[in-house]
Amino acid sequence: MVGPRRPDWAKRGLFALCLVPLAWLAFDVANGALGANPIEAVNRRLGDWAIRLLLISLAVTPLRQAFHWPRLARLRRMLGLFAFFYVALHVTSYLVLDQFFDWPEIWADVVKRKYMTFGMLAFTLLLPLAITSTDAMVKRLGGARWRRLHRLVYPAAVLAVLHHFFLVKVDTTEPLLYGLVLAVLLGWRVAKIKTTSKSVA
Amino acid sequence: MLIRRPPDIKPSEITPRGLYLDRRRFMLAAGALILLPGAAGAALRFDGAVKTRWGEGLDVTSVEDATSYNNFVELGSDKSSPKRNAAALVTRPWSVTVEGECLKPGALGVEDLLAPHPLEERIYRLRCVEGWSMVIPWVGVPLGRVLQRFEPTSRAKWVEFTTLHDPQRLPGQRRAVLDWPYVEGLRIDEATHPLSLLAVGMYGDELPAQNGAPLRLVVPWKYGFKSIKSIVRIRFSETRPKTTWNIAQPDEYGFWANVNPEVDHPRWSQKKERRIGQFFKIKTDMFNGYASEVAHLYAGMDLARDF
Ligand code: HEM
Repeated sequence: MVGPRRPDWAKRGLFALCLVPLAWLAFDVANGALGANPIEAVNRRLGDWAIRLLLISLAVTPLRQAFHWPRLARLRRMLGLFAFFYVALHVTSYLVLDQFFDWPEIWADVVKRKYMTFGMLAFTLLLPLAITSTDAMVKRLGGARWRRLHRLVYPAAVLAVLHHFFLVKVDTTEPLLYGLVLAVLLGWRVAKIKTTSKSVA
Repeated sequence: MLIRRPPDIKPSEITPRGLYLDRRRFMLAAGALILLPGAAGAALRFDGAVKTRWGEGLDVTSVEDATSYNNFVELGSDKSSPKRNAAALVTRPWSVTVEGECLKPGALGVEDLLAPHPLEERIYRLRCVEGWSMVIPWVGVPLGRVLQRFEPTSRAKWVEFTTLHDPQRLPGQRRAVLDWPYVEGLRIDEATHPLSLLAVGMYGDELPAQNGAPLRLVVPWKYGFKSIKSIVRIRFSETRPKTTWNIAQPDEYGFWANVNPEVDHPRWSQKKERRIGQFFKIKTDMFNGYASEVAHLYAGMDLARDF
């Protein structure tokens, strides 16, 4: 198509919406509203939004198919990239605010603590997905290979939930809730594959 | 009531509670009121607490931080909820039962439990097992002196402490995240060590509910979870008490729980700590900096195994 396209307001609105948690966090930092341990609060707030956005981006395809809403697909990449954005900020807050570049301690944390190992693995799996998110990269890889690569988001999400689960002390309600949502989202995909392969057969 | 004050005002700059009360009494008297509620005998006077040398030179954590960032699962499972739910914990009247291997067991009100002893103010470091720390001016009396009055027998090798069990007043107990009621314990020589404090106040005033009102333990060389809050029972026993966090996760929370930078928690290192109010982490000291006072208690013990 040639000529100016109509602005995609849904997309723009979503972009702004995804920045709200960050703006809110910045507001709280500026107002000293994060309590006695602001560093921990920043790290946790970013982690919470990272996992939420990760799950939301994984919900796009099931919602699109369940409600026959094809236009939802165009929002998926942005949601995925915002999830990565919050993960990256979360990791940065750990490296800079929490550990202040104490690399031996960081390394010890990542290899010794189960929840840190899971978090790091999740982050490592998401990294190539973020890098290959551009149109040019999709073209270079070719649709089939790109899709195969991006299935890494499933183990990444599982690892992220495990990361959360193993770090809480006693009250596992929240990570279990995220785990349940993830199970539904992944289970739905499995069920879908089964039914389509059946109908093909 | 908790007197709130910004951290940069020294306790000495604030009108002492006694003066303030006297002034109110004067005004009430001027109003020809004869009956004074609250003037009853056994009330503890926090402003009269004897200052001690403990904590000289330490920067005290702001009262706002110390009363809004709390681990007290009975009042909520995150750090900010205990303060929010504080109103539920009604602490008057409050009776404490002392029992077990002692000659003079009994149940008495918290004021009577403490009354024979002069209150002291002691500024202690508090190191949480989670890797953060504070510096808190406690008001209380040495635990050992209180325990002596009940005349523990030679079979009293351990002391067990129990928190109030009342889901009405401690709504966090409605959920079985831990095995309620909360129980902690000390070996008798730890309990009677001069550093062990039975606290009724902090920052020159009563303990707020979220900090363990009306009576809590403060054992400054151990991780914070040993310093049990809102105590209703003290029991001398011949066998080691089974303690709450140790029951819940024995590989993460040892019975001894001595602050030890060399022994990692399975999920994080204990080498450093974040002192609330500071940006950079600081090194954690053996026995939280009280090694010269308490290290001898553990002579010959393998602290990596008995963590
Ligand atoms: C996909 C990747 C990740 C996701 C979705 C994620 C998400 C989360 C969530 C939801 C929390 C809990 C926040 C809360 O308690 O409210 C958390 C905590 C945490 N995460 Fe991550 N995380 C990820 C990767 C990482 C990585 C790579 C690191 C470090 C290199 C890390 C370090 C931490 C730390 C230190 C905590 C908090 C521990 C505490 O305060 O007790 N995370 N994360």
